[in-house]
Amino acid sequence: MSDTRTVGIVLVSHSAEVAASVAELAKGLAGGGAGVPVAAAGGTEGGGFGTSAELVAAAAASVDRGAGVAVLTDLGSAVLTVKALLAEGDELPPDTRLVDAPFVEGAVAAVVTASTGADLAAVVAAASEAYSYRKV
Amino acid sequence: MLDADFFRRWMTATAASVDREADRLTDLDSPIGDADHGSNLQRGFTAVRATLEKEGPGTPGAVLALAGRQLISTVGGASGPLYGTLLRRTGKALGDAAEVSDEQFAEALRTGVEAVRTLGGAAPGDKTMIDALVPAVDALGESFAAARDAARAGAEATTPLQARKGRASYLGERSVGHQDPGAASAALLIAALVEAAGE
Repeated sequence: MSDTRTVGIVLVSHSAEVAASVAELAKGLAGGGAGVPVAAAGGTEGGGFGTSAELVAAAAASVDRGAGVAVLTDLGSAVLTVKALLAEGDELPPDTRLVDAPFVEGAVAAVVTASTGADLAAVVAAASEAYSYRKV
Repeated sequence: MLDADFFRRWMTATAASVDREADRLTDLDSPIGDADHGSNLQRGFTAVRATLEKEGPGTPGAVLALAGRQLISTVGGASGPLYGTLLRRTGKALGDAAEVSDEQFAEALRTGVEAVRTLGGAAPGDKTMIDALVPAVDALGESFAAARDAARAGAEATTPLQARKGRASYLGERSVGHQDPGAASAALLIAALVEAAGE
């Protein structure tokens, strides 16, 4: 699997700091991420809370290695913006998927899974399965 | 018949109306939202006005598709993808005709509203922009003025509702007693049709 192209991960949050921190956390917990391309798209272009379609599109393009891109979001406009961009057809790389997953736990699962050379479907499944991890 | 100039006037009139009402929209968004609806839409429609002037799209469909794309890019809140999808899908449904009839426009707008419902998952009665848009589309076959009145009534009727979508839904019963900001801005969008038609 060493010659397999790696799935890219995009983390979209209303906050630039949250997106960047979760990216760092996920890479850290995945042993440095082992070459997984992870990009944060947090906040608006002006630095406020919100979602920027431009930042999302740029982040997705930056992590596309030809194996697909998994996008995880927090809530509200982050979800709707990614869905609207996907509906647009040509705004995001081919094989970009919005993943229905908890943001932090899903990001860790996605990066760890991607670091094994897994394909997009496996990365998406691992992130979604993070919902089933009960804490109490 | 409605030509590209009519749709440009619609967007310009909406931008002017959002400018005038930005403070009211933000005030509505303060008790049950994050107090940015007015400023977000103002930024979005200001950008729409500028890009329409710059690029000069030549058909009704192209005007709305470009306006919608611009809203998705610039608004920064949930209203961006929602209004962006509304205009873009309406524009796509109009195809590349140079002029469209009132009936074709009403049909296209219905397609746009359906796309918004799919995107946001909201149904009538959830206290969202859908509560203004659905009655407006239903009344559009009659006249623009009837659509304006229906949208306004729909927006006002959101006041006693409990929010079931978006950030306001976290407030549960405390969302009751406030008009939904998205329904209020949707009523402005529909009212701008009357201005664009010079009625």
